[in-house]
Formats: sequence, C-alpha cells, structure tokens
Amino acid sequence: MPRSALTGSRIRERRTALGLRQSDLAVQVEISPSYLNLIEHNRRRIAGKLLTRIARALAVDVSVLTQGAETEQLDQMGAAAAAHPDVAVELDRMDELVGRYPGWSALIATQARRIAALEARVMSLADRLAHDPFLSASLHDLLSRVAAIQSTASILVETEDLDDNWRKRFERNLHDDSARLATGAAALVGYLDAEGEPELGVVTPQEELEAFLNATGFHVAGLEGSVPDLIDRLVRDAPALQSDAGRVLARDYLRRYRAEALAMPLETFAAAAQAQGYDPARLAVRFGQSVGAVFRRLAALPDAGIGLVVCDGSGALTLRKTTPLLPVPRFGSACALWPLYRALAQPMAPLRVVLEHAARPDERFVCFAMAQPAYPQGFAGPAVHESAMLVMPPERVAPQDGIAPLGRIGTSCRVCPLDGCPARREPSVLGDGGAGAAAPALPGALTARAG
Amino acid sequence: MGHHVLLIEDEPNIMEAIRFVLSRDGWRVSCHSDGATALAEIARVRPDVVVLDVMLPNRSGFDVLRDLRADPTHGGLPVLMLTAKGQAKDRSRAEGLGASDFMMKPFSNAEVRDKLRALVGWVD
Repeated sequence: MPRSALTGSRIRERRTALGLRQSDLAVQVEISPSYLNLIEHNRRRIAGKLLTRIARALAVDVSVLTQGAETEQLDQMGAAAAAHPDVAVELDRMDELVGRYPGWSALIATQARRIAALEARVMSLADRLAHDPFLSASLHDLLSRVAAIQSTASILVETEDLDDNWRKRFERNLHDDSARLATGAAALVGYLDAEGEPELGVVTPQEELEAFLNATGFHVAGLEGSVPDLIDRLVRDAPALQSDAGRVLARDYLRRYRAEALAMPLETFAAAAQAQGYDPARLAVRFGQSVGAVFRRLAALPDAGIGLVVCDGSGALTLRKTTPLLPVPRFGSACALWPLYRALAQPMAPLRVVLEHAARPDERFVCFAMAQPAYPQGFAGPAVHESAMLVMPPERVAPQDGIAPLGRIGTSCRVCPLDGCPARREPSVLGDGGAGAAAPALPGALTARAG
Repeated sequence: MGHHVLLIEDEPNIMEAIRFVLSRDGWRVSCHSDGATALAEIARVRPDVVVLDVMLPNRSGFDVLRDLRADPTHGGLPVLMLTAKGQAKDRSRAEGLGASDFMMKPFSNAEVRDKLRALVGWVD
C-alpha cells in the first residue's frame, strides 16, 4: 500500500495552516488550480519533482508530506481487510477513505485492533482451559478431596456401631480433607479470578518462579560473592512466591544459582564473558562448567539485557527471561523457527544464529541454543532432553560475525506477520501473515528459512 | 474368607475409607499406592479384583492397565478404574485398554461395593 497516497491531505493541511490560497500555491509550483485540487483530495498520486516543488513552496521537508500518523491506521485497516477475504473490500481506495473520512477510518482501525486483541485473548483462554496442567491438577485434587470427604462422611453417618478409635480417626481425616479442600478451592478461585483481569495474574508455581526471577532480571544479588546462605530468607520474603510449590521451585533454582555463582564469580565471569565475546562454549571451558550453567550465568548478568528461554523435550516452555528483542508467549506454543526447537533435534550441537524478529525487520540479534540430555533414572531410564536459548542484544555480540545466514522468526503464529512462513501452524490475526497458513511446516523448512 | 480386592490409590484418606467399607462388607483388602510397582504388587498378592486409580505417582493407571492386559497371566482379572477427571475421553480410554468397569470421583461407598460385587459375581 503506497504511503504517499495521503500526501494530498497533508499538502492541504500545510497550505491552510500557512494561510495560502490553493490558486496561489498552484501558480508557485506551476500547475493548474484544478490539478492541485485533485492532488489535495488524494485523487491524484504525487511524487518526484512536483512533490519537491510543493514541499519547497510550503517550507517543509518532503518527508513531512509523505509520512504521517495515517500509516499505522492504513496498516490496521489492511489487516482488518485481510482478516475477511470473503468481503470484497476496495483495497485500492483505502487511502482515499482514510483521507476523506478520517473518523470512520479510525473507527474501522480501532475495531479491527479490538477484534484482534479479543481473538488473541480467546485463544489464550481456550488453550489454558484445554491444556493447563495447573487447572487439571487442581480439579483432580478437589475431586479427590470431595471423594474422600463423601466416603468418610458416609461411614460416620451410616455405621451405627463404629468403634470410638475409628470414629476419631475418620473425624480427623474429615477435618484434614476439608481443610485441604478449602485451600484448593481458594487457589482455584484465585486462578479463575485472574482470568478476568486484563493482565493475567501469576497462577502456577512455574509462573511464580518466573515472576520472582524477572523482578530482578534473573540476577540475585544476595547469592553473589562470599555472603552467608540467604536462600530461605529470599524465598520467604519474596511476594511473588505465593504457594508452597512455588517456593520449592524457587529454593531448587536458587541452590543451583548459588553453586553456579560460586563456580563462576560475578566480576570474573563478566570480564571473561566480554573477553570471550559472550561465547557460552568458550566460557564453559574457561570455568569448567556445563554450557547450560553458563547460559544461566549469562542470563544472570545484571543489566546485560540477555534473554533466556528453556523448554523440555516436548517443546513446552519451562523458563522465560523476557527481553524486548524477542517477546515470549505466555500461553500456547512459540514460533517453531526458534533455534531453541532446532537444538532439540540436534542434542549437544551448539547453534549460533543471527536473527530478526518478523515484526521488527532490521533489528538483528543473536541466539545461542543448545539441547542436552539428562538420565535421571540412569542408563536403564529414558533420556530427558532440555533445550535452552540465549537471546543476545547486538551490542553484546556483533551479528555480522554470525556463522549462520540471517533468519526471521516470530513470537507465535497467531500474532506473526511473516508472509509465506513454511512453519506456520495457523493463520495470523495480523492478516498478511496468514497467507501461507494452509501449508504445514515441511521437513527442512527450518534450515531454509532460519539458517 | 471373602473375596480379595487390591486397592491401588495414592490418596490415603480415600484408601482408608474404601478399605473400611469393604472390610466390613466381608472383603479381604490389600492396598498399594505407587504406579511403578503396581504390576508387581498384583502378581504378588493375586487379588480377585483390582480397584485402580488413573492418577498415580510414577506411572499412570492407564499404563498399568495396558501392561496388565498384555500379560496373559492376568488377562481375566477384573479391574475397576477410578478417576477424578470424569471426562468421556478417560472413560473411553479405560474401556479401550480393557477396564472391566469405570467409576468417577466423587463416588458413594455403596457404588464401590456394588460394582466390585458385580465384577466378582458375588451374590448374597
């Protein structure tokens, strides 16, 4: 969509502001007043020397006349039209509509934006209800409590010759189960209440841990250096850690953090990271630590702006350190082109990929990713894979040094504008990105697109 | 001595209530709470019927049932599946794996007793 289409409206605005008559401007730029009238009503396209003459006559830069707030509005109207391909919209006259009826155009754009937001929210809620392990576990726990209470209460009521010892035992069970039922019900109500908030609250133990870590950028100053062990106090005093399960997760994470902080002291590690170009593999050798530990340590560097995403073998995201470079979806699946997932298919193979986000082309960053297997049940048990991905700002790692070709990724299909993406699972609410939606991801697509 | 039932359930208070009810009904009751060792326990105690919860630690009741049915030694052992989810897909999955009957939490004590009696052909 040419953005110069509304230039006429801006010319008229500028001319009026200067108190210049249409006929006078026409004379100055050597065109007829009727032709200028057509230009000002966006019925004639304008560019090149004539535009330069008009800009000079109006004492503004050409860009002032060709760029304006309508650009975003046109984008939104285009997205609205693309979302309803069955409606015959006069796309070639969209610029005219915006120019002549700015109020109605703003309404269309606002409604399109609202619809997209509501669709995204419905998607996240539907996904949560269908797949949320917290909801499933909570319902299971509540029904188990109810079953225990019902069975126990029936025994107390129906068994006339119940021995005193048994009666006391069942009464105690009844008391315990009712207390657990109350706690579980309160947690579930809190969870469902959060669903109604514009911003979803922290509802799972994993989210509690992420909220706790994100509050300090994953850097826990209290566990750096040779200070006493503060883990219990940190956990106890953290407002984000509301549940017992969340506190257990946090303690486990912080114990590992403490061990890694001792093995890779902050100042030494920060200096080494800079010297080694933030290369996790080199740092792993330098400190005798695993690549996964170095990933976490890099993410814990204060004010470094380094993002971290971790997933399990199923691709479910298990840890998210957010960064503006690459927004991470809170619900549902992330972009299949992320190196995080590619690493899962190549365990132990380090990946370094230069990327752009589909929504912000030309804003490059570097991702390091690696998947590693663990054998918690020994050789007889299955390998459990975990993949991790660091998102490095360009000022930390020069993207030009990338050994892989540039690739484009998104956040998740539903909000991704990437045209013809070979890994697209579903159409985008942004319209254009859904053009190639019908085609499923093809083997090798990742290599072709993301390098 | 009455019929022998093995309860495989990880909620201790549910287990205790069912155990009490069935014992008073004349059943010999054994209890187990871990999915990973459930099959070995069945082989060890050789019950007449099994009450098997779906949500068990370490191994799901569905997995236990599938392996049980794959073992010709226990091919005809009646199994009453318990689940708290109560979803149609769980019921059809249990039936597909060879569950003899299915019961959703919460349930009444009489329902457990009647279903188990029916499974072993117990007539007063």
